[in-house]
Amino acid sequence: MWPFSLPIDTMPETASTFAEKLDPLYATLWLLTIVFTVLVLSLVGIFAIRYRRGSLADRSRPVDHDTRIELVWSIIPMLLGLAVFVWAAKLYVEVYAQPPRNAKEVFIIGKQWMWHLQHMNGVRENNELHLPVGQPVKLTLISQDVIHAFYIPAFRIKRDVNPGRYTSVWFTPTKPGKYRLFCTEYCGTQHSLMGGWVYVMPRQEFQRWYETGGAEGGVSERGGTSAQGLGGMAVAGASLFQSQGCVSCHAGPGGPGRAPTLVGVFGKPQPLENGRSEIADEGYIRESILNPRAQIVRSYQPIMPVYQGLLSEEQVLQLTAYIKALGDPKGAAAKQLAAGNTGQEPAERSGIRSSANTQNVQADFIGERNPASSQQQRSPADTANIQNDFIQTRRP
Amino acid sequence: MDVTTTEPSSARKNYLNWDHSWQSWLFTLDHKRIGILYLISISAMFFLGAVAISLVRVELATPRGDLVESETYNKLFSAHGIIMVFFFLVPSIPATLGNFLIPLMIGARDLAFPRLNLLSWYLFTIGGGFAMTAFITGGVDTGWYFYTPYSSTYSNNQVALTIIGVFIAGFSSIATGVNFIVTIHKMRAPGLTWFRLPLFIWAHYATSVIIVLGTPVVAITLLLVLLERAFRIGVFDPALGGDPILFQHMFWFYSHPAVYIMILPSMGVISELMAAFTKKRVFGYSFIAFSSIAIALLGFLVWGHHLFTTGQSMYAGMVFSVLSFLVAVPSAIKVFNWTATIYKGQVEFTAPMLYALGFIGLFTIGGLTGLFLAAMAVDIHLHDTYFIVAHFHYIMVGGALFGYLGGLHYWWPKITGRMYPEGWAKLAAGITFVGFNLTFFPQFILGQMGMPRRYHFYPEEWQALNVLSSAGASILGLGYAIPLFYFLWSLRYGKLADANPWRAVGLEWRVPSPPPAHNFDEIPIVVWEAYEFVPEDADEAEQDREAMPGVPAGGHE
Repeated sequence: MWPFSLPIDTMPETASTFAEKLDPLYATLWLLTIVFTVLVLSLVGIFAIRYRRGSLADRSRPVDHDTRIELVWSIIPMLLGLAVFVWAAKLYVEVYAQPPRNAKEVFIIGKQWMWHLQHMNGVRENNELHLPVGQPVKLTLISQDVIHAFYIPAFRIKRDVNPGRYTSVWFTPTKPGKYRLFCTEYCGTQHSLMGGWVYVMPRQEFQRWYETGGAEGGVSERGGTSAQGLGGMAVAGASLFQSQGCVSCHAGPGGPGRAPTLVGVFGKPQPLENGRSEIADEGYIRESILNPRAQIVRSYQPIMPVYQGLLSEEQVLQLTAYIKALGDPKGAAAKQLAAGNTGQEPAERSGIRSSANTQNVQADFIGERNPASSQQQRSPADTANIQNDFIQTRRP
Repeated sequence: MDVTTTEPSSARKNYLNWDHSWQSWLFTLDHKRIGILYLISISAMFFLGAVAISLVRVELATPRGDLVESETYNKLFSAHGIIMVFFFLVPSIPATLGNFLIPLMIGARDLAFPRLNLLSWYLFTIGGGFAMTAFITGGVDTGWYFYTPYSSTYSNNQVALTIIGVFIAGFSSIATGVNFIVTIHKMRAPGLTWFRLPLFIWAHYATSVIIVLGTPVVAITLLLVLLERAFRIGVFDPALGGDPILFQHMFWFYSHPAVYIMILPSMGVISELMAAFTKKRVFGYSFIAFSSIAIALLGFLVWGHHLFTTGQSMYAGMVFSVLSFLVAVPSAIKVFNWTATIYKGQVEFTAPMLYALGFIGLFTIGGLTGLFLAAMAVDIHLHDTYFIVAHFHYIMVGGALFGYLGGLHYWWPKITGRMYPEGWAKLAAGITFVGFNLTFFPQFILGQMGMPRRYHFYPEEWQALNVLSSAGASILGLGYAIPLFYFLWSLRYGKLADANPWRAVGLEWRVPSPPPAHNFDEIPIVVWEAYEFVPEDADEAEQDREAMPGVPAGGHE
């Protein structure tokens, strides 16, 4: 971004479409900063030396106010500021708005102090994210404890990861490579180690990695964290839809049930009891599962049980993927569903968080360390590995 | 009382020597003595906050967290932030210089409510006591902003005690703010109209309005965190049915204006220093005065720029962003007006003036880098990185603290009756300026490289810049330590100061140094404008050879 070279790196790599658009604005802001700082400092310096006490400089007709000059130096910075505002607001709306329709979806769950990432086909990763180059990616993020923030400097993107509600962001990686990933919202003791790596791969390489469930073609050096889990999120959601008893009321297409059918609802406005309507997006579906009485669809009774505390964030995401597939029979999720074996019980395999597990995390936080008690716990050797991996520079 | 020949000033009764008993200090109703009580308290707080961050900077000299445990590290930066924000910067200038000078500057014998003023110091001390107890008995690791649900549900250390401390100290701010507002409205000397007031008073008036409107909100917010923590009343934790983002809105509704609580009084000091050391009326008096009011009002409407990445509505974000650009304009107006004040002045490079010139440079950089963060898309990249840390230290240290140190030097002869050693003071100002830039400029680069704040471990490619920053911090520490020694030294050995050592104007310079207990034997009647300088003594004017045409003549010195 600089017209000259500096002895040290001053910016991370520019590796996404958003970064490419942001960097000119960033350089413009530095330019304005330098121009105004130099202007003010040189005026202060020149005046202070020229009019130092005892100097012979001409001090005739001093002025102590001038409305015209006040207006000039108020309005010029204001106009420059407004121009920057418009430029920055435009880019902001772009990166946080709806992604292109062909965006690849990745679901991210943050927790103290690691990232769980899941691809649509069910491939899971911890603290690592494999992505194909040149493909728009939409991240849907949620936390299962405190607030975190998901940050990839090379892509210039960051999004807070809140408990209780989804956030999202999208971008398109433009360069294959290995990039750092950080948590940037202070989240407790090991906040500084809640990081990892993003691997951007050529498309074919990625496709092989993706279709083999992360077994082949991966470039992860840590190994073992790209847990396999083929079958698809929608498939897992379908089996949850059976096992949790959703199906007994939400009968599906055709049969009238005690509850509205979920076929074709995703992304469509839902008429509500209070006369308003709401678009059935991820947030709406999450709330309707965990706290169904918050919003009742018109002409139905509020009889659905509350699932708050019964389902993990991951299970909610799987159910959402299933409902999404029902909504868009030609979409990727539906294909997955068609290809997958709905008879499986993926919940077992997916290591869904039991309440005991949650307690372990809390115990870990409070400081009762018991490395053997849970897979979430880090042994001292593990911790050392994570620390080494984190602080070392590795270029792809 | 003993009167020695070496201390002729004590021959005259003043606010310091009329009674030496400890009761006369701890139960004093004199705004000047309360100012000194505050000065001692906040200096102690500053020392503690500085010790905490010194350990942090030593730790950050290596990428591996090897000096202290992560938990200790988190407690250290939290202690630094909590102490420096709530127990140093917020009270710094208003409670010390403001307390001491506002009645003197407006020709009053005290503040409107002397007992309330004393109460405010006791509240501050009690609040500080709670916070210190919390730090000693286990510490707190939430950072200074207590984000929920971490602070309300997850953190398992002394959050409650700390919050009680901050809560109580908030009432001390409110007491001071109310006192200043009433005093400035009702107790100005005859003839001292609003537009004859020193700009220091305008700045404190605007600050007091922010304190009175904003502090109750943060008090309520922290109380709610306490209730959620103690009784599991769901306000902020989604697991209890609350909303964690609500906390951020409520917290920043106070804490963004709080930035102006810290910087506006400092701007008031800078206006006084620029006038006194250019011997000229401040350029654009009314623009500077109204810009303080504009900052106070607009400052309440920009809190959402701390939430651009949280998922708040885009349209709300845009409103907060555009208002953030607008609130920068009054600050820019002040900088340009101070620069214009130097033009055709008689610049004296005293230590306070060096701090004032340093302020202009550092505040300019701090303000301009703030625009990066107001620009929504850029904030996505920079939010919660070291760029923000660098930015607000340019405002809080380069701005607020430089103003405080400049003001303390400038009014030291008035407060103590003694001059500080000028050579040492200039040296300290220079060291502080160099150390400051070396500490914080590298952090801009670290931030734009992507280094998140509050990191115990960091990638090793960032070590060089961190080492530079830590080295700068040790120089900065030296710059802070030197004044401590020479100020104490000057109490006994400093040259005696006359009533007006700087040949400045302003009512505070028309009473003896140190002032008598009741300030004015006779309440002055003001018939002149603010900063109306007259030619200095005839012989000095001759030495200068350069006459000063255009400067209104007429004696009120």
